[in-house]
Amino acid sequence: MPRPATDMPMHHGNAPATGACLECDLLVGEPAALGPHPCSALCPRCGALLLRSGGKGLEKALALASAGLALLALAIAFPVVGLDIQGQRIDTSVLGAAVALWNNGMPALSALVVGTTTVMPLVEIAAVIWLTLPLMLGRRPPGFARILRALQAAHAWAMVEVFILGVLVALVKLAHVADVVFGPAMLGFAALMLVLTAVNSVIEPRSLWQAWEEARP
Amino acid sequence: MTWSSAAALGLAVCPGCHRLGSPAAGACRRCGSALHFRKPGSIGRTWALLIAAYVLYLPANLLPIMETSSLFGAQQDTIMSGVAYLWSSGSWALAGIVFVASAAVPLLKLVSLTVLLISVQRRSARQALRRARTYRLLELVGRWSMLDVYVVALLVALVQVESLALIRPGTGLVAFAAVVVLSMLATMSFDPRLIWDAAHEAGARDTGADTARRKEITT
Repeated sequence: MPRPATDMPMHHGNAPATGACLECDLLVGEPAALGPHPCSALCPRCGALLLRSGGKGLEKALALASAGLALLALAIAFPVVGLDIQGQRIDTSVLGAAVALWNNGMPALSALVVGTTTVMPLVEIAAVIWLTLPLMLGRRPPGFARILRALQAAHAWAMVEVFILGVLVALVKLAHVADVVFGPAMLGFAALMLVLTAVNSVIEPRSLWQAWEEARP
Repeated sequence: MTWSSAAALGLAVCPGCHRLGSPAAGACRRCGSALHFRKPGSIGRTWALLIAAYVLYLPANLLPIMETSSLFGAQQDTIMSGVAYLWSSGSWALAGIVFVASAAVPLLKLVSLTVLLISVQRRSARQALRRARTYRLLELVGRWSMLDVYVVALLVALVQVESLALIRPGTGLVAFAAVVVLSMLATMSFDPRLIWDAAHEAGARDTGADTARRKEITT
């Protein structure tokens, strides 16, 4: 568990400031002592997360992202929920739900659903693998800055956890009409949610760039 | 307390790699991202997106997001009638969650962003920490409003038994999704550092320090 360690000396006079808070622009120095244990540094003024440290970030991120890739495949390929109506089985995958919106004349919404549940998580996972794999081998990944920015943008729009809640609400609404069943993709999405959260807690732009500077160009 | 902001020293933190750099030099020397003291045009852009979201808020809540036709007749559901249905069918917890995600959060989000914008434009120095926390909360909860879009998408895909019941998405859903996306974009384009600039300025006025320098930066 990350423990809060706000040992972030404020920038006073001539002490060298090495960074600034992204949310309030306060100048901050290097954190006093970041040990091998996972911990996070918060901005002393506004409380925003300044950085997380935890050692072996790259290894963890790569391992989690690889697992995420398999889980995402499972989540896309199989049905999420199904209905049993008089022995007849109807089920849908997440793409099936998007197709249904498309067929009802709502292509924008269809794209939004595919984008937030499938494309953005895929971009997030692919970007992490693209960035961490070469860095672990001591090389600089091509297009590093651009891919990292894509990763940060994709993170804001990947909404796997919201989709899971949506599935639950849909199930409750249908429970009185028919017998509802979870599909295998539900397991995939649930695990994917945990993996993406974990990836996000070990990926740190600052340490990625540090690794980039140490790597061979 | 003496807080010193990066901008006061002519520095800005790079949005891409978090390294300090000088916007006067243009792009970040390490990663090539454009450096700015504050997000350019932040207030204007946030207002534009916010007003668009306000405009769509009414159709999002008044138009049906889902149309059900079955043997027993047709029925149109709005956001609130969906919550009422869950409530009356006994799923109180779920009704609460959907109410918060689909009704309370979008409205509270629009209102708090408006308050933040006005306070920043009036250069208010009060309650900076509370406003900063409010902003962080907005960034966190905005996504949960997508809930209803997913619910309708799944229902439309599942309930397609022509002889029994048919669910179609309503036009309200498009407006609703647009409100969610627009308010997320508005939150992203707002720059929380503006909250602290006013607080910092008030402190500087008290001590009479670096006001001239500050003026240099903002102009």
